[in-house]
Amino acid sequence: MIAALVLVPALAGALAYFIQSDSARRALLLVAATAHVVLTLLCWIPSLAPAAGDWLVLDALGRLFLSITAVLFLTAAIYSVGYLRRESRAVRRDFEEGLLFSNAPEPTFTACLLLFLAAMTLVTVSHRFGLLWVAIEATTLASAPLIYFHRHHRSLEATWKYLLICSVGIALALLGNFFLAVAASDHGGMPIPLVVGDLVRGASHLHVPWLKAAFALFLVGYGTKMGLAPLHTWLPDAHSEAPSVASALLSGALLNCAFLGILRLQQVCVAAGQGPFGQNLLVAFGLLSMAVAAVFIPRQADFKRMLAYSSVEHMGILALGVGVGGAASFGALLHAVNHSLTKAMLFLVAGNILTFYRSKSTGDVRGVLHALPVSGGLWLLGFLAITGSPPFGPFLSELTILKGALDLGRGGVALAYLFFLAVIFVGMADVVLRMAQGLPETGAAEPTAGESLLAILPPAALATLVLLLGLYVPPFLRSAIQAAAGGLG
Amino acid sequence: MPAWVDAALVLLALTSLLLLGSSRLVACVRIVAFQGLLLGGLTLAAHAHELSLRTLLLAAGVTVLKGAGFPWLLGRVLREADVRREVEPFVSYNASLLIGAVVLAGSLWLSARLPLPAPPISMLMVPVSLFVTLAGLFLIVSRRKALTQVLGYIVLENGIYVFGVGLVEGTPMVLEMGVLLDVFVAVFVMGIAIFHISREFDHIDADQLTALRDWVS
Repeated sequence: MIAALVLVPALAGALAYFIQSDSARRALLLVAATAHVVLTLLCWIPSLAPAAGDWLVLDALGRLFLSITAVLFLTAAIYSVGYLRRESRAVRRDFEEGLLFSNAPEPTFTACLLLFLAAMTLVTVSHRFGLLWVAIEATTLASAPLIYFHRHHRSLEATWKYLLICSVGIALALLGNFFLAVAASDHGGMPIPLVVGDLVRGASHLHVPWLKAAFALFLVGYGTKMGLAPLHTWLPDAHSEAPSVASALLSGALLNCAFLGILRLQQVCVAAGQGPFGQNLLVAFGLLSMAVAAVFIPRQADFKRMLAYSSVEHMGILALGVGVGGAASFGALLHAVNHSLTKAMLFLVAGNILTFYRSKSTGDVRGVLHALPVSGGLWLLGFLAITGSPPFGPFLSELTILKGALDLGRGGVALAYLFFLAVIFVGMADVVLRMAQGLPETGAAEPTAGESLLAILPPAALATLVLLLGLYVPPFLRSAIQAAAGGLG
Repeated sequence: MPAWVDAALVLLALTSLLLLGSSRLVACVRIVAFQGLLLGGLTLAAHAHELSLRTLLLAAGVTVLKGAGFPWLLGRVLREADVRREVEPFVSYNASLLIGAVVLAGSLWLSARLPLPAPPISMLMVPVSLFVTLAGLFLIVSRRKALTQVLGYIVLENGIYVFGVGLVEGTPMVLEMGVLLDVFVAVFVMGIAIFHISREFDHIDADQLTALRDWVS
């Protein structure tokens, strides 16, 4: 069954490339996304405890990230049906610079979406470090064509930066894998296989200096992909130029997958008694990411870039939470869920705003609440949620991280954390409230395109989930996250 | 056959140095192709005492992909984009060579201080691996043409591969092939991207891709 999780989207992706009929292809996308969610749900039934040898194993941590990915992909798939319908095929004029461009063929886009899902699923079920590396590199390659959907020079630039920076980063993670192999070869005879479970069991035999070096390379390599500052430079470009569906998936699902790569080695480090080494590095990168976001979010001129920097911030919060450890690890994993749902919703709403106003500039967009009442409402709601206001989910998880830091006597870290959160709240409020209020300038498009059901329902569903998670974390989710945070120190 | 291993490693280091000082892109592609052949030979030589099917397959895969596949692909891109040489890199060729020599010395110094749990096949293995990896990184950041950056990526990956050659026994072959496939697809996709860049901009200068930034002045 666990193989089916990867194979269903992979085969559907291969098939989608060859289907000529638009409606059939879109139907296939929905069917594959639904099937993937159903299979993921089945994995939550304990008696079905899935494993296929020691190659594909689904543990609590992987299952959590898999579930986030599956839910996000289904909502994004539903949204993309409406999105692809509105996107005309003809050559048209770019609204920023007036140049002419056309879109990538829709079969390619759909196929890449599904292959992207297959690669991300493979990341969550890989317990062999080599396979994990292959899967994470595959996510880069499958998602690059998604960023180059609108074929003009800006998206091409973003794609190029994404490909090169992430590939180099991930190549360094490969060197980290080899370092790990050196660390594991010290076992007096037989080397330990590079599987998470085996390494955790044999952790006391690992060669410590090489393990530390491997962790540093993992953090730099997968951290590039995750968007941790100062390695985040590809992220704002890619997120702002990709179509909103792709941005939502990149931000909500892909960044988590890269984080999982780091967490896997952190599990090994904790078992080897080297947890504090990794944790200190994670705290440093986390605070730096939040600082960078706090610098770039206020007065940001492009609202999709603003959301991208907010992703840098939240990846920083995740790293910080796991770095602090204890209750904060639990908070970080809960925050991964909350951030993914909220950020995906915000990107989908940003897509609606973009379609209506034909501008990404925060200066041009006025009166969203007036012109697009539902999207405008969701936009405000999403802003409140992502900045950690009660009663939404992110508030709860950010508070848990803060409490975890204070409990462990990390007052300085907690203070810096609160300071950056406050700066980002004010900076985002300035931008978002200006966009939402007032009256739209004349000349904007008719308010029919942005408010179709397919454009509103997916973000609205995500917003409901975010609200519910803020009010009540169901016991099964709580215990699942506790189990996942167990090995992280 | 330690002598052959050492020879291949020395040649790998020398070709990387050569690459740092070459301006003609065709020559650069050929040098990288030669490195691919060297890697195939290195794989065989490092396991000459116990040649297994997996070693043979891996060596064949590396040779075909890096020795023939990449050069063919990049040669095509070169013709499509119609560029001949890297004009005015950020760091001049003489300075690049000098930096290369310093990095080589640094790699030797550093690897003498890295205690390996088990002795490697050759004492040159770790320093050459480090040097080639760093040379690849340097090429990526110091050159303007998108094609040279891809060459840098391949060289970087070559350096990492050298490190892995001594360790391949531990990893299953499917993974080795998976890694090779991923690198191949990565270079393939980059090649396509360069093709689009040359069509869109009439040049492949990556340093002129500067439309996306914060706070446009």
